Amino acid sequence: MNYLLGAFKPACNISITFSDGKNRKQVPMKKENGQTATVPLFHSQETISGKVCIEPYQGKKVEHNGVKVELLGQIEMYFDRGNFYDFTSLVRELDVPGEIYERKTYPFEFPTVEMPYETYNGVNVRLRYVLKVTIARGYAGSILEYQELVVRNYAPPPEINNSIKMEVGIEDCLHIEFEYNKSKYHLKDVILGKIYFLLVRIKMKNMDLEIRRRESTGAGANTHVETETLAKFELMDGTPVRGESIPVRLFLAPYDLTPTHRNINNKFSVKYYLNLVLVDEEDRRYFKQQEITLYRLKEDTSS
Amino acid sequence: MIADDDEKWLTAATAAVKQNAFYMQRAIDSNNLKDALKFSAQMLSELRTSKLAPHKYYELYIRAFNELGKLEIFFREETGRGCSIAELYELVQHAGNILPRLYLLCTIGSVYIKSKDVTATDILKDLVEMCRAVQHPLRGLFLRSYLTQVTRDKLPSIGSELEGDVDAHMNALEFVLQNFTEMNKLWVRMQHQGPSREKEKREKERNELRDLVGKNLHVLSQLDGVDLGIYRDTVLPRILEQVVNCKDELAQCYLMDCIIQVFPDDFHLQTLDVLLGACPQLQSSVDIKTVLSGLMERLSNYAASSVEALPNFLQVEAFSKFNYAIGKVVEAQVDLSASASVTLYLFLLKFTLHVYADRLDYVDQVLGSCVTQLSATGKLCDDKAAKQIITFLRAPLEKYNSVVTILKLTNYPRVMEYLDHETNKAMAIIIVQSILENSTHIATANEVDALFELTKSLIKDFDGIIDDEVDEEDFQEEQNSVARLVHMLYNDDPEEMYKIIFTVRKHILTGGPKRLPLTIPPLVFSALKLIRRVPSGDENPFGDDASATPKKILQLLNETVEVLSDVSASDLALRLYLQCAQAANDCGLEAVAYEFFTKAYLLYEEEISDSKAQVTALHLIIGTLQRMRVFNVENRDTLTYKAQGYSTKLLKKPDQCRAVYECAHLFWADECENMKDGERVVLCLKRAQKIADAAQKMTTASRGTSSTGSVALYVELLNKYLYFLEKGNPQVTGDTIQSLAELIRSETKKVESGAGPFINSTLRYMEFQRQQDGGMSEKYQKIKMEWFE
Repeated sequence: MNYLLGAFKPACNISITFSDGKNRKQVPMKKENGQTATVPLFHSQETISGKVCIEPYQGKKVEHNGVKVELLGQIEMYFDRGNFYDFTSLVRELDVPGEIYERKTYPFEFPTVEMPYETYNGVNVRLRYVLKVTIARGYAGSILEYQELVVRNYAPPPEINNSIKMEVGIEDCLHIEFEYNKSKYHLKDVILGKIYFLLVRIKMKNMDLEIRRRESTGAGANTHVETETLAKFELMDGTPVRGESIPVRLFLAPYDLTPTHRNINNKFSVKYYLNLVLVDEEDRRYFKQQEITLYRLKEDTSS
Repeated sequence: MIADDDEKWLTAATAAVKQNAFYMQRAIDSNNLKDALKFSAQMLSELRTSKLAPHKYYELYIRAFNELGKLEIFFREETGRGCSIAELYELVQHAGNILPRLYLLCTIGSVYIKSKDVTATDILKDLVEMCRAVQHPLRGLFLRSYLTQVTRDKLPSIGSELEGDVDAHMNALEFVLQNFTEMNKLWVRMQHQGPSREKEKREKERNELRDLVGKNLHVLSQLDGVDLGIYRDTVLPRILEQVVNCKDELAQCYLMDCIIQVFPDDFHLQTLDVLLGACPQLQSSVDIKTVLSGLMERLSNYAASSVEALPNFLQVEAFSKFNYAIGKVVEAQVDLSASASVTLYLFLLKFTLHVYADRLDYVDQVLGSCVTQLSATGKLCDDKAAKQIITFLRAPLEKYNSVVTILKLTNYPRVMEYLDHETNKAMAIIIVQSILENSTHIATANEVDALFELTKSLIKDFDGIIDDEVDEEDFQEEQNSVARLVHMLYNDDPEEMYKIIFTVRKHILTGGPKRLPLTIPPLVFSALKLIRRVPSGDENPFGDDASATPKKILQLLNETVEVLSDVSASDLALRLYLQCAQAANDCGLEAVAYEFFTKAYLLYEEEISDSKAQVTALHLIIGTLQRMRVFNVENRDTLTYKAQGYSTKLLKKPDQCRAVYECAHLFWADECENMKDGERVVLCLKRAQKIADAAQKMTTASRGTSSTGSVALYVELLNKYLYFLEKGNPQVTGDTIQSLAELIRSETKKVESGAGPFINSTLRYMEFQRQQDGGMSEKYQKIKMEWFE
């Protein structure tokens, strides 16, 4: 929003600092213009506190109808641009209407804020948390300042985590049995498994394992579904013979994954699938897709 | 065209490898792990090609391999700088393509093992398991070969620097075995890749790759701690299981050979039944003879090289196991060619000879098995098999260097029966040569009988086989060998020797007209030799009809030589008769000797018509007769008279002359007083001189001038006179000699004689004797010669 301020020669400089800003973990976040910025990381139930500093430019005064800081949780649909759905909105009034002549600092605090959803940046939808400082003015519009923050929520390891096991095939042509060791993986997990060939009558070129993300936005007739392939991992080269079993070992760490989101505020959902693809020598593809659940496990402090 | 494309692709791929390797090296130099991984993966991606033929692919692989060496060092340094090797191990697995990922994994895996951060077992297991992901035969083979290569010096084994208990060690073994199994599967599968019309080419390419598979076996054999127990219980059964189950000719053939060559001899010896047990289970197209012969050859050499090993051979009954196994193989492989089965037996035989040199029964057993096999195929017609059989039969001969030993092998002649005539003969020659070269002493009639039975193709003609094309010289050579052979047969005991001769005769007489002239003489002389050793006289010391007496032997010879005259070798027969007569003479058998002479005379009269031959024969007769002492006066006179008669009937005058003056000797035997008839001697000489005169006249008449020939005759006569003079024949007077000398002088004056030197030396001799002291000069004093003055 800086260019806006520049255009109108704002009267003051607003800065937001967090009280534990120096110790807080920063994570990279992709901004709209494609650049990556580092942004402080928060978790649900944390207290967000800090200071807002307003510094008028030399010899200027800021006349206002009040200063406030808001914590907003917004969901933004790209096909419905400009429309934000705030699912969280907390306000702290910082100042009563008046004039600011010199640098003035307002402490603020949102204690144990409930932030149920994680920050998400998808194809069609974006979920973000932002601190918004507003200096309300009657004329020339209000002066605004934003500070993004990233929210990540840890989930405990699931109590039930069955393996995925399945037998699939094309009659008299190809018959395989595959097994992934779990159905739920954390983001730094590794998928282990094996593909067991029961019948092979086609010449194969290779076999890949893909991780696909299915992002579904909107509801009813307006539902948009976008599927991306985030990982394409070759499992096998050449044609196996009957009885051969091919190991699967896929590390999830290098891929840009998020936890599975079943339903975010009735606005969107994000699901992950493992797609096993066999490619024959005529480049025909045979595949089988299986949903897996991704969750964020509390990381060790060391890593 | 295809080769061109191949070349092009290889060039392109090589360039890409080079380029990425360069960037990789740069990343390494700047310690940029991420880039190093990125470029190494890109480099390795070139190995994903399917376009290259195996040997081109190999070139590419080697290039990449060298670069990976640098990466390995980099990884090691990186871990030295505190980078967690476990992290690296994970990091390389992020690569999206399987082939580069696994190459990198193997590379880091080897570093991991070396770091001892983790037990080698886990890593090895992981690596070999992960490599399953490459199912493309060619790429899989090279990948696994790389795995073998980078881990081979890091396998835990007892006593290696890597700590390894028994478990770890067994696991390492398991690792190699598994890798081997997988590689072999891939290798075998290769033949099914692509169109069937290129099968031949593919098999050729596949053959080029075999060492990749075999290397595993090599690693196994080098693995410390693989002792006999482990080898027997784990290694060998596992390998064989794979070999048998893969059902592939090429693989089975190569791997069996590999096993045999790679593992130590005593292992083979101790696991012989297992190894051999696998042989009949192999594909029928497998060239099993090469496999088995390789094994037997190795074990033979082993036995030859170490004396301590020999008891082991006995202990494990190697022979019977081999014999049994070969039987099985022959049984299992119905279409085994004769030459192949013979080769098998040949190697078994060689093995037996090496290891069980003293077990003739084993050798005979091998021969017996071979006979059984051959009986199924009948006579061998193909050259290769025949050659093999010769080598086969030759082996015991060369080993024992004694035909006597061979004769004990009852199956030996039975094998020979399966040879065609030519081969049989060649073999017989080899046997005979062996006897001659080694001076083998064959001393019993039974052995002789067996020997001749064995070499009968040399001894006699066979029905229906025409020897027209046989080179005369070769034939002579052959028969000469046989002749020499006859002389090798010898026994000190006359009785046995008699039997030997009897046996030899039996065989030789079957030889036919071409052979007899060459083979009978040695037999005759051998018999004559015997006669000298047999107690002479007619009385029979043993009271046994079969026992040898000179008379019997001579009778035998009589019959034998007679055969010769039947085959128009009268010349030879005559000589032999004379020899026999002489022997009879020595034994005092007058009647027999007379009989021989009679035969000789008859031959002379009836068979010998060539005048030159007559001259020679007559001289022989005269010479022999002169030596005969056994005849009474009557017999002697008859024979002498006859001989004289023959002499005067010779065609040419000089020949007549010479024969006649030789006859003079018949009346004069030095050591025998009653055989000195000086008068008849002189009579003979006189007659000879007359013939010489006649000859002289004839030549003068025909050529108008005196020839030197008759002068020589005179000089010869002069010498005869001098001889008898010296011997003290009273009838030889100085006058006679003097007049002869005069005659010679006048003749030489008439014509320049070529006989000059002869005359001169005769004269010199006379002069010399004259001047000697004693009786001799006295005799010479009687001759007055002006010539000398």
